[in-house]
Amino acid sequence: MNSTLYIYIFILTMALATYACRVFAFTVIRHPIENRFFQSFLYYVPYVTLAVMTFPAIIEATNSPIAGAAALVAGIAAAWLGGNLFLVAGTCCMSVFLLELVL
Amino acid sequence: MSNTDKAGFSRGMRDGIPIALGYFAVAFSLGITARDCGFSPLQGFVASITTYASAGEYIGFTLYAVRSTLIQLIIMTIITNARYVLMGFALNQRLPEGTSMGKRLLTGLTITDEIFGITIAQPGQINPFYPFGAMVTAVPCWAAGTAIGIVMGSILPARLVSALSVALFGMFLAVIVPACRKDKIVALVVIVSFGASYAAIHAPLISGLSSGNRTILLTVLISAAAALLFPVKDIDKDEDSESRPARQSVADDISCEIS
Repeated sequence: MNSTLYIYIFILTMALATYACRVFAFTVIRHPIENRFFQSFLYYVPYVTLAVMTFPAIIEATNSPIAGAAALVAGIAAAWLGGNLFLVAGTCCMSVFLLELVL
Repeated sequence: MSNTDKAGFSRGMRDGIPIALGYFAVAFSLGITARDCGFSPLQGFVASITTYASAGEYIGFTLYAVRSTLIQLIIMTIITNARYVLMGFALNQRLPEGTSMGKRLLTGLTITDEIFGITIAQPGQINPFYPFGAMVTAVPCWAAGTAIGIVMGSILPARLVSALSVALFGMFLAVIVPACRKDKIVALVVIVSFGASYAAIHAPLISGLSSGNRTILLTVLISAAAALLFPVKDIDKDEDSESRPARQSVADDISCEIS
């Protein structure tokens, strides 16, 4: 097969398979589920997913693990004090940048 | 588009800005991988603007590099993105009852870890125009970041890449931490998640899984355990109802409409 054609078929397939995951739930369920366990489960899902993806990945993302750990602490503090998305993300980046200048 | 929809859309666009910045940085490093796997800047751009999934694209690019079959690609993509199915269930639950099928499907297409995160953090029912707005801001930056990463991979100083790479985690924290402040049980669940996630990297068997699969496994186990131990209480019996958006009952929906 022509290699340019192959890569675009590859890209299209990847996109469609990803879309299938994204819309699956919406195609099978039309009405909110009243089941208490299911509702509770879904209530916790986003926080658990994001928490699992954040730690320890944040420590591994930076050149120095100490800087990553500092970013975690600084980010938690900024968010706890009511910082918005941008401020919290910026605080994390700045603390890594400044610490890695010293380390 | 009603006024509420317009307001939701522009709020989404605004909240999408920090996500867009984080995406640019992460996509930049994804672009470096894409270049190593044989993608041109245009091909990387097209892949990112159509798929917009970090782990999924990473797997896809590496599979392309070894010229895997499309079946393998489909299977790996579904495994890597299985968490989107869970997120879809959570979002679907929070859409207003009368939402059309087309709008539901479009809402599904907005799912990424970060856009889902800010969408689910909205109180009450979800206006689909909010994640649409976030997507319009964030996804083009994701695609541009990938293309630029392919073009100038190693030009950006390593120190800057290192600092930018935590932006995404900062966004996650901005979603998690306020919820922990409002609901002590969420705080407990988050601490357990941090610990379990750390342990899973070193535990036998589990550590052999890809990070995407570890995320799914831990999400299902911890969320199910939390749901069993701390079921979300009925809306009428709990004064602190604001902090627990998932348990919208029918009575609650009606009271929302009246107010």
